[in-house]
Amino acid sequence: MTALKPNTQRISIKNASPAERIVVGGLGAGLILLGLQRTGRVRAFLSSAGAIMVSSAAMGKSPYNTLAKIRRTESNDIKVDKAVTIGLPVEQLYAFWRKFENLPRFMSHLESVKEETQTRSHWVAKAPAGTHVSWDADIVEDAPGERIAWRSVEGSIVPNEGYVEFRAAPQGRGTEVRVSLIYHPPAGTLGAGVARLFGEEPAQQVEHDLRRLKRLLEVGLEPTTEGQSSGRKGLLSEGLAKLFDNGRTS
Amino acid sequence: MKALVWQGVNRVGIETVPDPQILQPTDAIVKVTSTAICGSDLHLLDGYVPSMVHGDILGHEFMGEVVEVGSEVKKIQVGDRVIVPFPISCGHCWYCQQGLTSLCDNSNPNFKLAETMWGYSPAGIYGYSHITGGYAGGQAQYARTVFADANLFKVPDHLSDDQLLFLTDIFPTGHMAAENCNIHPGDTVAVFGCGPVGQFTIRSAFLLGAEQVIAIDRFPERLDLARQAGAVTLNYEKEDVFEKLKMLTGGRGPDSVVDAVGMEAHGTGLMGVADAVKQTTRVLETERPHALRAAIMACRKGGTVSVPGVYGGLGDKIPLGSLMNKALTLHTGQTHVHRYLDRLLKHIQDGDIDPSVIITHRMPLDEAPQAYKIFKHKHENCIKCVLDPWADHSTHTQDAEKPETVEQ
Repeated sequence: MTALKPNTQRISIKNASPAERIVVGGLGAGLILLGLQRTGRVRAFLSSAGAIMVSSAAMGKSPYNTLAKIRRTESNDIKVDKAVTIGLPVEQLYAFWRKFENLPRFMSHLESVKEETQTRSHWVAKAPAGTHVSWDADIVEDAPGERIAWRSVEGSIVPNEGYVEFRAAPQGRGTEVRVSLIYHPPAGTLGAGVARLFGEEPAQQVEHDLRRLKRLLEVGLEPTTEGQSSGRKGLLSEGLAKLFDNGRTS
Repeated sequence: MKALVWQGVNRVGIETVPDPQILQPTDAIVKVTSTAICGSDLHLLDGYVPSMVHGDILGHEFMGEVVEVGSEVKKIQVGDRVIVPFPISCGHCWYCQQGLTSLCDNSNPNFKLAETMWGYSPAGIYGYSHITGGYAGGQAQYARTVFADANLFKVPDHLSDDQLLFLTDIFPTGHMAAENCNIHPGDTVAVFGCGPVGQFTIRSAFLLGAEQVIAIDRFPERLDLARQAGAVTLNYEKEDVFEKLKMLTGGRGPDSVVDAVGMEAHGTGLMGVADAVKQTTRVLETERPHALRAAIMACRKGGTVSVPGVYGGLGDKIPLGSLMNKALTLHTGQTHVHRYLDRLLKHIQDGDIDPSVIITHRMPLDEAPQAYKIFKHKHENCIKCVLDPWADHSTHTQDAEKPETVEQ
């Protein structure tokens, strides 16, 4: 398993992994060859699709990853930075977060977190198709009321690390919560792209989790319309409404 | 229960749908005694606000009696007579605490959709597309209301539904539009659009100390109603509005101008045609910002343009040069209904204003599709239509025959 570099890495302007570049470039070249054997519109379509893929592979930019807003670091890990302001004092936010057992209450992909010692914890996360992945993590920095940083132990199946920072927001607006995560998905950015297809791409997930935390702490619950009355009958309108109402639509 | 359902662009119908239920402990169910069709419902009807889905229950102006409350509802009780403000406040976030309830951080479940469209997400709104939460609306016999303690507002028994119903939206909306004009003694306020919101803007502008209010529309009945409130009126089909406004203000221009029209303005000339064509595509331009253009051009230097009119997406050819070089202030927003309720209820009680003067039509909910048609095309001199969910069929039935849909 790939070991992570410290969480200070610069975001690469290239968002496609080397593997993706090879796959996409190869497919693109294939399309161009295929296009050359055809005529008319088909030829034009296949060739231009192929050309786009080859050039994006050459530039290290994946159109899909750009669309999915997947960012990777120079060592091919995924990096996520998100912030939210929550109307509670810093001490309260810090205390809530420091008790890692609380994290699954707002992090939808987590099944459980168990603190085993002062610094070591065991994390269980949901994975596609009803499976689970788990790993151990250590707290690498703990500055009460300011910052908590953690990192998965060597050899984890999903190497990851992150930190959360708390800062008093101006004019009594509560606390600014800033989260930064770096992780290496099992299949690199390609894997993150596939995960995104199932609505589990990390950047969106973190954003959604932070909003859930805000609503949980400010109001006590998340608003919902699930189960309300409507005049929907067909599967099509049901599906369309669900698409709008799933909260992840972008 | 019976409810008015959006069935596609320009199609609404009355359907029998399941009764609403308490879904969260902070919910309350309201038996709707009166509900109204708002001008903004017409934007939804016409499909210019994206993210409407077949089956959505419309309606964001409604009041009634609380018939059920969730376990965490403390201030509101079964039997209370309440009005339901159209924007949903969580009651806890920074915006709600500042009284900016239409900007609530927490009440829109579909915040991501709104953020994609607008950058940040404002509050959830009942019956008002999925961008603002996808909440079922109140043009129905019952409605589920959320965060009941922070939203439902108890009203006294001695006032009628007709006097109270418009506290849910258009009265506060007109009032906030006037307040946003930053009126000083001696000021002239020009109001584009004499529909329900325009009427309340005119009346509120006088309450807030305006010396002269100039009302602009093309329908005689709406101009008549504006004159009754003390406004000078202009028919834009018969007069050159810009020149006339100059004449009425000693050549200076109005101190503030209100766009109480919004995204489906009746444009004249080539520009009006161009907007209409682009808007029909729903992609090239989502607005027909004719009134906004006129408001910006007409406003005096250093004046204020107040926009209660609803816009949803992107508009073209807005005279930004005029806005910038004349040093105008632009004030807009969905209405922070909650913060005006005590004040405006007192105005109604004291007889300063009778909101029911704008009502021209009263119809049973069963005839709501017809009411939408009359209101949209301004047939029968329609200004405001109030619906009674319980007229005609006095019994509440789950298997009522489905009345026909009226083509809009």
